[in-house]
Amino acid sequence: MEMKPLTRVVLGLVSLLVAIWLVAPTLVVVPMSFNGNKSLSFPPQGFSWQWYENFVTNPEWSTSFLNSLKVASIVAVLATVLGTLAAFGLDRMKARPANLLRMLMLTPMVVPGVVLAIGIYAVYLDARLVGTLPGFVLAHTILALPFVLIAVSANLEVFDRRLETAAASLGAGALTTFRTVTLPLILPGILSGLLFAFATSFDEIIVSLFITNPYLKTLPVQIFSSITRDADPTVAAVGTILLCATTILIGGGMLLLGRERKGRL
Amino acid sequence: MSALEPTIQTAEKRAGWAWRPFALTLPALVLLAAVIGYPLLTIVLRSLSEPEWGVQNYAWFFGAPVNLAVLQRTFTISAWVALVCVVCAYPYAYLMTAVGPRVRLVLVLCVLIPFWVSGVVRTLSWVILLQDSGVINSLLRSAGFAGIRLIRTQTGVVIGMAQVLLPFMILPLYSVMKGIDLRLVQAARSLGARPSRAFFTVYLPLSLPGVYAGAIIVFILALGFYITPALLGGPRSTMLSTLVQTQVLSLLQWGRGGAMGVVLLVTTFLLLALAAPVMRSRHREAGRR
Repeated sequence: MEMKPLTRVVLGLVSLLVAIWLVAPTLVVVPMSFNGNKSLSFPPQGFSWQWYENFVTNPEWSTSFLNSLKVASIVAVLATVLGTLAAFGLDRMKARPANLLRMLMLTPMVVPGVVLAIGIYAVYLDARLVGTLPGFVLAHTILALPFVLIAVSANLEVFDRRLETAAASLGAGALTTFRTVTLPLILPGILSGLLFAFATSFDEIIVSLFITNPYLKTLPVQIFSSITRDADPTVAAVGTILLCATTILIGGGMLLLGRERKGRL
Repeated sequence: MSALEPTIQTAEKRAGWAWRPFALTLPALVLLAAVIGYPLLTIVLRSLSEPEWGVQNYAWFFGAPVNLAVLQRTFTISAWVALVCVVCAYPYAYLMTAVGPRVRLVLVLCVLIPFWVSGVVRTLSWVILLQDSGVINSLLRSAGFAGIRLIRTQTGVVIGMAQVLLPFMILPLYSVMKGIDLRLVQAARSLGARPSRAFFTVYLPLSLPGVYAGAIIVFILALGFYITPALLGGPRSTMLSTLVQTQVLSLLQWGRGGAMGVVLLVTTFLLLALAAPVMRSRHREAGRR
């Protein structure tokens, strides 16, 4: 669609503002994390590393971080296995039951967080799962499942089933076919599902806030209670660390992907 | 054995229901039933049975003006968020279709990066930006203006929520705009329509399915928001989710909290049902192409 120069400039400016609005606000945690005072007021006063030190040495923070890592790692594996199995099942089913089951499995994405949280809390109180590792893992797994399902299904949709038939006609058993033909081709979907599942669990807060107790806290819960309790700049330090970690992960992933593509050409 | 195998296969086909794929989905379905189905059922039952059987909790919810005010506010805030998202996303998504691949990659990254940053951390940064001694107010003051109150107001909540939800508006809108045949616009131009007229009579109507889809997704997600209103809002910008939490955790009123939760849940699913035909027709069109 052709545009007048003025329209073009306005469009570009508006989009630039939107882009800044999307990306910039989060960066504000970086200067705050080096604050010399115990305050989250802007501008920060002085310079210190004490909040990073506090994150590492204060057991409240370090334990919750390790808890989150533990829960998210188990959830990533569990959700990926369950989600990949389910994606395969749905792919090989008739369209009508498959669509129905798929919709069911995606419900965790649309149920309002608080409604799910009070439900799970009620059930966990009876089952004595509040503040336990299995409790967190089960709840986070079901929340991460849709992401794995979507990622793997997208890969299966473009997967050519005739390759499996070809392998079978050449004498490969079902397991060999899966291991040498199917799995390598859908691996990107499985891996991105794994990553999404990890991120979902690591970041989950609403259900976690309800099923937490003083013995088991995850990092988001710790961040949330710290923000509501006082203006401790340790939250800014944690935010900065998480920001750096995700940037490295995504940047590294993109570099790897780019290199792989170039290698193929 | 080999003679039996074809028979089994035909039997499977005749039944129209192969058990093996179903078995693969079973573990996920069992977990779904245990961790989503059973808890939701519990909440519905409690809303109808505590302290005694009946619809008392629903009567209480719809009978108290305070609750209705919160319900109305939840809808108002969500509508504002959806509106802000449409206004911001439309030019952005359009630009994504109009630029070269390199710039498009940058624009896509700007949309996806927020997805990858922890939600609590993003809300924290809005607290730092909006608070009375925050970035925006200290900039205003150093420029000689009086500070404005942003945190614990509805405006603050809308700003924070819209930023978190904007990607959910941009992505569906972009996928619709990408599919619009620009030759239709050229045809309108060649028939003498001015650019603005060509835009409003041809391009805008074709992009509306994307606007509907995105706006409904954003609206639904906004209805259930909890963290952002809890941290950025104040007593006068309480949303339904916070009320549910207070009833259950502070007042131990499972019946009342449950009833509110059910209202929220039913509203969400009604809106989804409303949105489904729009999204399905879009899907079909994409398939035809």
